[in-house]
Amino acid sequence: METINYQNFRIDAENICVDYNGKVALYDANLRLKPGQICGLVGMNGAGKTTFFNALTGFVNISKGKIRINGESLRSAQKDQTIAYVPQNEGIDSQFPISVWDVVMMGRYGSMNIFRCPRESDIQAVKDAIERVDLTDHLSTPIGNLSGGQRKRTFLARAIAQRASILLLDEPFSGVDIRTEKLISELFIQFKNEGKTILLSTHDMIHVREFCDLVLLINKTVVAYGETSEVFTPENITTTFGGISPDFLFGHES
Amino acid sequence: MELFSFLTLDSFITDPLTHDFMRKALLMSSLVAAVCGFLSSYLTLKGWALMGDAVSHSVMPGVVVAYALGLPFSLGAFIFGVGSVALIGFIKQKSRVKEDTVIGLVFTGFFALGIVLVSKIKSNIDLHSILFGSPLGISLSDVKQTIFISLLVVILLSIFRKDLMLYCFDPRHAKTVGINVFFLHYLLLTCLSLAAVVGLQSVGIILVVAMLITPGATAYLLTDKFDNMTVISVLSAIISSLIGIYVSFWFDLETGGSIVLAQTFIFLFAFLFAPRYGIFKLKKLFVGYK
Repeated sequence: METINYQNFRIDAENICVDYNGKVALYDANLRLKPGQICGLVGMNGAGKTTFFNALTGFVNISKGKIRINGESLRSAQKDQTIAYVPQNEGIDSQFPISVWDVVMMGRYGSMNIFRCPRESDIQAVKDAIERVDLTDHLSTPIGNLSGGQRKRTFLARAIAQRASILLLDEPFSGVDIRTEKLISELFIQFKNEGKTILLSTHDMIHVREFCDLVLLINKTVVAYGETSEVFTPENITTTFGGISPDFLFGHES
Repeated sequence: MELFSFLTLDSFITDPLTHDFMRKALLMSSLVAAVCGFLSSYLTLKGWALMGDAVSHSVMPGVVVAYALGLPFSLGAFIFGVGSVALIGFIKQKSRVKEDTVIGLVFTGFFALGIVLVSKIKSNIDLHSILFGSPLGISLSDVKQTIFISLLVVILLSIFRKDLMLYCFDPRHAKTVGINVFFLHYLLLTCLSLAAVVGLQSVGIILVVAMLITPGATAYLLTDKFDNMTVISVLSAIISSLIGIYVSFWFDLETGGSIVLAQTFIFLFAFLFAPRYGIFKLKKLFVGYK
């Protein structure tokens, strides 16, 4: 019998279930991702995409199943700054009185001392990260004054500054300009080459085909999972979206 | 202080200072205002105004029971303040009633219990001073308690300043990088209960929520930087307290009400004339304002 070496997997979620006060949001979901893989998370609103992210970040507790990150517990992955979460634009308070620099610096908080005093290395990491997302001209700009695309890049920079090996991105392409979209896709290639693992949710079917090696179709549980070329079929998509034909979805999205 | 000397009424400022109770009131109210103002930034950004109202009203029975048992009133207030929040969380989770409704019914229930207890427990509790505050009649033991609690809250907020900011802004990120969000949640609630306890001496239970939200709201209209917001919030709270106490001294007005009114006027001023977010945007008048 073949023994599985869990260390090979960045993310290994086994039969995870999440319920909110008895209401099941996600059940028996499995996901295994290796370093350098990009996986698309596709499903309807309310299908459990955000719940899946919440489970993987530890923001909600799973009621059943097991999550291993690099072969270790979620708790130690949090301590090691392994996972970075990039929220969708609607998920943050854009009127919060905070600058680009401050947001990106938050990516370093987990590895700082209790007073969160930035060291020279933290400052350098933040500078580099902001440069990579091309926001150097906006260091002290309040996030409320940024465009949707610039704000998205700010949070990507936070994930870069954190030096996480797993990136969870909630709708990374929604509400962004062409320039940001191009920059994000370039970053994806760099992340892949750096061996980072990416899980992204999206409504845009074209982006799945373009970026994702793997795709995870969910509707409360996993409908289909595998190589995008094999799994991302009209039949599977129709099942995922509760009988709505993919023609409608594709036509609607593009 | 020199701000007022142009009124040619030096005595306006100095006369009250000859009274021991006025010196004490000015000092203690400034301290309390500073604590509440500090916390205020977090509460307004977190959207906990209603929570602040709930906690501050819910401490009422705690104050009464503590007085009756001869315990420090802050202890009783703290237990009931945190208890009300726990009860709100429990009822919300176990029923289909919406959160704002649960908050409303829990704190009015606690408040009513406090009023009933006052009428039942025959003691020298002055209902009026609990409800409306009595900064002019603050006792020595109250002074000690207030200083102790204020320092405690300021130290806690100072140590966890950045973590609390992160918690208010993006709790999910905090959790993801291994920061104890559960702890921060209860730390903020604890500080809220403690601030409500010291605040009620200045302006009373009914108005203490103003101390906890108005300075933060004012500061929020004036800046886009979190640190500046905290400083402005604290300063506007202290200035309001001083103005309120002086005005109430000279015109024989209710002190608590005067302090809160001063805060409200400062807010309205910011609302109308804030450089960027005011209705009349005075931006152009501020040379070099960015």
